Amino acid sequence: MSSTLQLFKQTFRRDLTLAFRRKSELVNPLIFFLIVASLFPIGVSPEPNFLSQLAPGLVWVAALLATLLSMETLFKSDYEDGSLEQLLLSPQPVFLVVLSKVLAHWLLSGLALTLVAPLLGVMLFLPSEGMPGLMLSLLLGTPTLSLIGAIGAALTVGLRRGGVLISLLVLPLYIPVLIFGSSAVQAAVTGLPLDGYLALLGAMLALALALAPIAAGAALRISVSG
Amino acid sequence: MAQALLTAQSLFCERDDRILFDQLQLTVSEGEIWQVEGRNGSGKTTLLSILCGLSSHYEGELYWRGEPMDEVREQFLSELLYIGHQTGVSAMLTAEENLHWQCALHPSLDASRAQQALESVGLKGFEDVPAHQLSAGQKRRIALAKLYMSRAKLWILDEPFTAIDKIGVAAKEALMVEHIRAGGSVIMTTHQDLSAEIPLHTINVEHFASSQREWS
Repeated sequence: MSSTLQLFKQTFRRDLTLAFRRKSELVNPLIFFLIVASLFPIGVSPEPNFLSQLAPGLVWVAALLATLLSMETLFKSDYEDGSLEQLLLSPQPVFLVVLSKVLAHWLLSGLALTLVAPLLGVMLFLPSEGMPGLMLSLLLGTPTLSLIGAIGAALTVGLRRGGVLISLLVLPLYIPVLIFGSSAVQAAVTGLPLDGYLALLGAMLALALALAPIAAGAALRISVSG
Repeated sequence: MAQALLTAQSLFCERDDRILFDQLQLTVSEGEIWQVEGRNGSGKTTLLSILCGLSSHYEGELYWRGEPMDEVREQFLSELLYIGHQTGVSAMLTAEENLHWQCALHPSLDASRAQQALESVGLKGFEDVPAHQLSAGQKRRIALAKLYMSRAKLWILDEPFTAIDKIGVAAKEALMVEHIRAGGSVIMTTHQDLSAEIPLHTINVEHFASSQREWS
């Protein structure tokens, strides 16, 4: 048991180390997130009323796309250098390593996005009442996006150009998270209770947490086997 | 009579409508070194990845210590050391960090011997250098350091000596002999000539290739 925990910790630390040594991959999703949100006022309309209506959905869509963009790299380098084979030949459960990798990945993408989201909210004139809703919904929603994305990344890791395929595979599963996430922000802005939306986002996270690592582990097996 | 470790019965594998091998039999017992022979593309790597369980594109049965592989898979994995063509060394991590994670993955590796192992493969002084700054041979040596740390019974090595110099190869050969004396066994592919002192069993994949190859 302790060696299993040890593996979880080691993998987590390894992936963080790897991420910090590949700086460009680290900041890519964040920059993308900021660019999308800052181009909208220029491209559509700088009108505060209009933007504040758009803001909840816009921040969420930007966060979703930024996460999607970063998913492809989750297993790529491990596949290329053979680490994935070593991982699959470990007597330890694969889902645990997957979970650890996703957690490290989420810390540097989803959590980072959540933390800069208020900045975007301000840029897009999101009323200050909406901020808690925005932060909470992203905090609950982005790990779900990372977990689901891991399945797509695992399925396409063996392909030369898997990027487009990941989008096709996981986007349908992202939609419910997007709907309830942006609705939560919307509700917060209009002063309606958030509980229902957050409970649903939490339920989706619980489901993804339980199933996605196992599915991704099985998908990795298929990818390496092919 | 040495105990049979890994047994493969009537293995059949087809890739891109080409039969790589059919009715392949292999029994690897304690204290044996097996060299898998064959030309490039004849299916050596495929055979090794089937034997270690990475590939499921085959028909036939695999047994570990006489038990069907599916039932004792975890036991098998805990007694296996595999070094593939892709060595599993992350270019962005140092030698030490690489071995550290490998030890966490594989309890059969003795983490306390990591320093000594790196020294044995001639990487003393390079422990803190990211692997991408090392030469191809040095990168492979990081993976081969695992041989010095391993308590695994069965070693499956795919082209372990690529880019390794003669002295390095001789040292690994000695290590393999030591391993089989202790009751372990090795399955490997290599295109290099091994020292004549090694008791070698060979299997040629091409002998099992179907004579009438099917092309679509």
